[in-house]
Formats: sequence, C-alpha cells, structure tokens
Amino acid sequence: MSKVSLTVNGQACDLELDNRTTLLDALREHLHLTGTKKGCDQGQCGACTVIAGGHRINSCLTLAVMHQGDSITTIEGLGTPEKLHPMQAAFVKCDGFQCGYCTPGQICSAVAMLDEVKAGIPSHVTADLTSHPQLTTDEIRERMSGNICRCAAYSNIIEAISEVGRGEI
Amino acid sequence: MRPFTFERVRTPAEAAAAAARHPGAKFVAGRTNLLDLMKLEIETPTHLIDVNGLALDKIEPTADGGLRIGALVRNTDLAADERVRRDYGVLSRALSAGASGQLRNMATTAGNLLQRTRCPYFYDTNQPCNKRVLGSGCGAIDGFSRQHAVVGISDACIATHPSDMAVALRVLDAVVETVGPDGSTRNIPIAEFHRLPGDQPHIDTVLRTGELITAVTLPKPAGGAQIYYKVRDRASYAFALVSVALVVQKDGTGRVALGGVAHKPWRVEAAEAELPKGAKAVAAFLLADAKPTDQNAFKLKLVERTLAAALAQAKGAQL
Repeated sequence: MSKVSLTVNGQACDLELDNRTTLLDALREHLHLTGTKKGCDQGQCGACTVIAGGHRINSCLTLAVMHQGDSITTIEGLGTPEKLHPMQAAFVKCDGFQCGYCTPGQICSAVAMLDEVKAGIPSHVTADLTSHPQLTTDEIRERMSGNICRCAAYSNIIEAISEVGRGEI
Repeated sequence: MRPFTFERVRTPAEAAAAAARHPGAKFVAGRTNLLDLMKLEIETPTHLIDVNGLALDKIEPTADGGLRIGALVRNTDLAADERVRRDYGVLSRALSAGASGQLRNMATTAGNLLQRTRCPYFYDTNQPCNKRVLGSGCGAIDGFSRQHAVVGISDACIATHPSDMAVALRVLDAVVETVGPDGSTRNIPIAEFHRLPGDQPHIDTVLRTGELITAVTLPKPAGGAQIYYKVRDRASYAFALVSVALVVQKDGTGRVALGGVAHKPWRVEAAEAELPKGAKAVAAFLLADAKPTDQNAFKLKLVERTLAAALAQAKGAQL
C-alpha cells in the first residue's frame, strides 16, 4: 500500500492504495468517477483517456501512485449537464456517438489534441515539419487514432472536433 | 499483477542504490509497455523504482554540434523539438509514425529503446516462447509468422524489435549513455545496444542489471533528405510490417536502416555503397542472409518497394 495525493477535477484527493491500482481503477473504484471507461485495459482503445498535467494519457497504463501531486481532468471535470464543455456540446450537436462508451475518452482526447495542434506538435500526416500544422480532416483522423469507436461514429466525431477547432461552438 | 513495493527516486545515484538494494527491481518511467507486461505477469518485478523525478528531461546541444536527449524526454516532445524537426527529420518522422497521441505523451526516449517485442507468442502465456521462458520453444517459427523477422534470426526466436524511433537513431549513429549501479558510465553505440536473438533471445539489449540509461546523444546533423517510410496493416497506430529510415545526400550517397525485419534495427553499412544503383541493389545486399518463413517472405519484396518509395520521396524533397 502507498499513500498518494492528487488533484482530480480541481478537488484535492488523498488516497491509500494497493501499489497495483491503475489510475483508471483509482478514478472509477476509489473516487467513484465512472465517466472514464475501461475498454481494453491495455492501451489500445483509448476509452480510458484522461488529461494529466495538460497531456492526454491512457489511464489504464499508469499507476495511481505515480501521480503524486498531479492534476487530473476527467470527463466529469470538463463540463456539467447544465454547462457543457464546447467539445461535449459539439458531440451532442453532431451526433458524435452511438452507444457512448468511447465518448468520454474521445472528448478528453479531442480537447487535449486541439492544444497539441495549437502548440505546433507535428503528426504523421503533417506535410512540412518546419511549419505549423493545420487542423485538416486528415490531421484529426491521424491524431485521434488512439481512440477506437466500435460503433464507427467517426465521421460525426471528426465533424464535432472540426467545429470546435474552427471556434464554431 | 503480482504485488510489488514502490519508491520514487530523485537522482541517478539514488536509482542505482535502490536497484542494488532490490535484486528483483525494475525502473519505471513511461509505463506504456512495462505495465502491460506486468498485468499479464510476463514481467514480475518485486520492486518498482519510479525514475520520473530524475532531471533527465532536457534536450541540450553538445560541444560537437549534436544533441543530447535526456532519457525521460517524452516521445511527443522529442518529435516536436524545433532542432529535431529541422536537423533530424528522420527522427521526428519515426516518432510520429509510432503508437498513438496518448502513448507518445507517456513514452520516454529510454523506455522506447527498452520496449519488448510485440510477437503474439511472447504475450500469450499459453504458448511456447524462448524470449519469455528460455527453453520452452518458439511458437512463431512454425506458427503465424507474417509479422516476424526475416534477417538475423535464430532457431530459437524470430521476433522483431517494435520501435520506430530506434530505426531512426540507428541511421543517425546515436549513442546511448548509461550509468551503472557502481556509478560508472558507458557510451554504447546504438548499433551495439540491441542484440540478435541467438540462443539467448530472452536478453534484448547489452544493458547490465541495475544499469540506467541517462541520455541518447546524436552526432552533428547528417544533412540531406531525411525520410521515414513505414508500411503497416492500417494507416495509423500499428506496428511496422516494414519501415525504412533513409538519409540521402544530393550526390546520391546516404544511409539506410530497416525496421520490422529483425530483432534490432537492421543496418548494414556496406549496403549503402549500392545506394546510387537503386533500391533493388541495396535491398538485395541488406537481406542477403534472409531466412524468411512462407508467411513473411513477402517482406523481402516489400523492403525493396518501400526503399524505392522512400528514395523517390527523398528525390522529391531535394527538388
């Protein structure tokens, strides 16, 4: 067992956990924040994506004890039912989901991904490494490839992310 | 997952001392492969030493005009570094071609080098695998071997090294800096860092017990057109069937390394004299000793074609 203190969605949390507890299980089973989903539990599907220290990560592939002092944002911390985050509103508007299981991960991933583009981080499809990447459909597809949607709502997910990227929502 | 004790360290000396105290210990940084393997009980460390607190996350110029990349620099940050994008394009491209955005945010430079093969027989504990349990046999040699190695193989193992980054580092002549448990340091050329499987496929690299990677250094920029061309079963987020890291100068000379074909990044310097003759000649030289299975023999032709595509792209970049 180890003690760990972290901030989740702005709230300070002190936990005492088995060292084996993943960040994902700490969020779901100990803090009862069940918005973050467990899909494959091996970093392949992206359903567990959260934002740690401003960066999107797979919460299934990290241990809670390795996040001492970190600030974590989950889907519950992005918006509320009364006041949706623009990305949440765009997914609703564009019908960017069917069953909804991958959606919290898709939305957390998309929010942090837009920051990566703003920061000028290149991707596999960026044509010129020395210029600032543009938010094209190809760029969104490539950058979101770590989030799988079994219902294949991809075209609407891309539309939602594009709208937010263009500042239309 | 088996139980383990856990500690955080702040300096390489603390890390070394912790490793010396705990014989069954593992260093952990990016977690993207080790945790997976721990869940499957393929890796069973009794103690984890979290090295993320070490101040090894900088990219700094070296005295001879190269770059020193701290062991903890994340793959995303390395790919995005302005100097890497300008002077070591093949490295930035290789990093962006690997994994997903989430994984690149976690994965470190040192951890990327130390990731284990993605051979499905290594991951399936019901199957024989000499890399996982030496002496248990190899399920892949007479099994499903489409993804597997075609050169440098042994009767014990035909696994590939999965890294894209390492293939670019090989073509750039990078050097791996380490510190041992006794405080001694070594500089290991990337060519010598990863091993061929031989009769000891369970050992991937020349690192010794308790030895910690502190940095990877790049020599001064090689110039030329730099290309990383990766062929895989889907357009993104998949390991290479074949990849080519290429640096070509205007006079047609250059360097080439292959991914997806061997237990380590595959480069044969003598093959590079064939570059002015074209892809067919270089591929023939690189794969002269290839021993493919029926299922992965297609990789021989695929190497030639991927190299041809990379050379064409390089020519386009030089216009």
